[in-house]
Amino acid sequence: MSSILVLVDHHDGAVRKSTTELLTIARRLGDPVAVVIGHGADKAMDVLGAYGASSVIAVDAPDIDDYLIVPRAEAMLAAAEKVQPAAILLTSNAKTKEIAAHLAVKTASGIITDAVDVQPGPDGPVTTQSVFAGNYSVQAAVTKGTPIITVKPNATTPEEAPSSPGMETIEVTFSDLARAVKVTEHAPRERTGRPDLNEAAIVVSGGRGTGGDFGPVEQIADALGAAVGASRAVVDSGWYPHAFQIGQTGHVVSPQLYLAAGISGAIQHRAGMQTAKTIVAVNKDAEAPILDLADFAVVGDLFTVLPQATEEIQRRQG
Amino acid sequence: MKIVVLCKYVPNAISERKFVEADNTTDRVGVDGLLSELDEYAVEEAVKIKEASEATVTVLTVGPAQASDAVRKALQMGADAGVHIVDDSIAGSDALATSLVIAKALEKIGEYDLVMAGMASTDGEMGVVPAMVAERLGLPHAGYLGNLEVGDGEVKGRRDGDAATEHVVAPLPAVVGVTDQINDPRYPSFKGIMAAKKKPLETWSLADLGVSADEVGLSAAWTSVAEITKRPPRGHGEVVTDEGDGGAKLVEFLASKKFV
Repeated sequence: MSSILVLVDHHDGAVRKSTTELLTIARRLGDPVAVVIGHGADKAMDVLGAYGASSVIAVDAPDIDDYLIVPRAEAMLAAAEKVQPAAILLTSNAKTKEIAAHLAVKTASGIITDAVDVQPGPDGPVTTQSVFAGNYSVQAAVTKGTPIITVKPNATTPEEAPSSPGMETIEVTFSDLARAVKVTEHAPRERTGRPDLNEAAIVVSGGRGTGGDFGPVEQIADALGAAVGASRAVVDSGWYPHAFQIGQTGHVVSPQLYLAAGISGAIQHRAGMQTAKTIVAVNKDAEAPILDLADFAVVGDLFTVLPQATEEIQRRQG
Repeated sequence: MKIVVLCKYVPNAISERKFVEADNTTDRVGVDGLLSELDEYAVEEAVKIKEASEATVTVLTVGPAQASDAVRKALQMGADAGVHIVDDSIAGSDALATSLVIAKALEKIGEYDLVMAGMASTDGEMGVVPAMVAERLGLPHAGYLGNLEVGDGEVKGRRDGDAATEHVVAPLPAVVGVTDQINDPRYPSFKGIMAAKKKPLETWSLADLGVSADEVGLSAAWTSVAEITKRPPRGHGEVVTDEGDGGAKLVEFLASKKFV
């Protein structure tokens, strides 16, 4: 069976859930070969094995975090030249889409970004993308080179398939260009203790209706084990950090459940959440466009509805 | 300092965006279009650099005849000159072909110090073209900058990534992408609108760039679309008005879907 190269998203060997989703998708297409760049490959082995990696390639490059994107693209190129994969899968985010872009030019291959599903087809992987604010669903395939596909988190449910992969370490000599963009300072996002917005199964978002008080939004999010998001109006008002913005110019999320509180639902916002499986809204305005999308909506004041709901959730959870 | 800003003419998201049925490409001709909102931040930042130092700003776009509207908007905002690559063969090009055309156009413009772009287009939303252009030209590239500073032969900026904030520095010439956090794009002033009418806007074809027609367009795309389906409108769900039990009813619904 042909190999499918999977770029592992990890922090010091702690593998993100999105990578277990990629491995699950890769198994549909062939033999998953996981590429771990940076520190911690040893620590990643257990999870990669549990989700069916048939082998692991570790790229030993202690200084890789000193540079931006291109070293990672060159590392993936080295892995691809070694394995000759039938496809290359990456999780969709700002960094990986740029890695994929460099890789596409380097390998003269077609690229598809932000797939929400990938299935085997007669001529290679067939992807599904959700476009134009989620109003259209597009099925596409790469027709030249090695298909390079970035897949959105939550595209599938990770399924375990234990294997005992071997690990091979390769050394990559980076080009001068790879070292051209230096990272002089690196500050990981502040940990909120909540799930990562892109990967969360449930997202609770607050909009203009919060008036800047995110207390009720955060409390119901914590009761549900959800990530917290914010509308652009909120971010532009300085009420919540930009890192949490949902919408066309922020995160585009596809959770199982999206709860919009005090958000009217402008098109730019809908573009960021419209593909959620279930949408629930709380809004004072019975005419708010978000109500047209909602599977369930309460017309009311979020400052009374959310606390009551939070209390009820906690009561049911005992 | 010579700055080139990459701009895209996109269908207006407020009107209905659609596809050309015959070939599954984005309809760019039969719909209202405009300068991609996210590109305005790049234009604004370039004009601010120009106002603070000696710089010229050239706007570059690839698109159908109407795409000159996007260039004109940028000229109204304060850019000095425009270049519009227009050629029937380009229609249906994928990101790779588009990046080829842009790279060739940049070579023809020549002697630039900084190439600027928005974080993504508001139609295709791939956000990959600037990285591809940089790869083709062998230039350093830093995207998602929430601020930037140019000087001493280098560009510095704060990159707002998904998982971290990074400060980066690259030697010029370089390609940078900016986010919507970097500034508040100006509206063109009346003076700016009048002045733009006198600014040079050149139109180049593929032949001017030495790109052959079979390297671009739908037939040269390295991806193919098999099917496009319009998402069925989300069914109207239940709407209840809070009469003191809105929160409880909300949880009842969440429990029925097994979220609680």
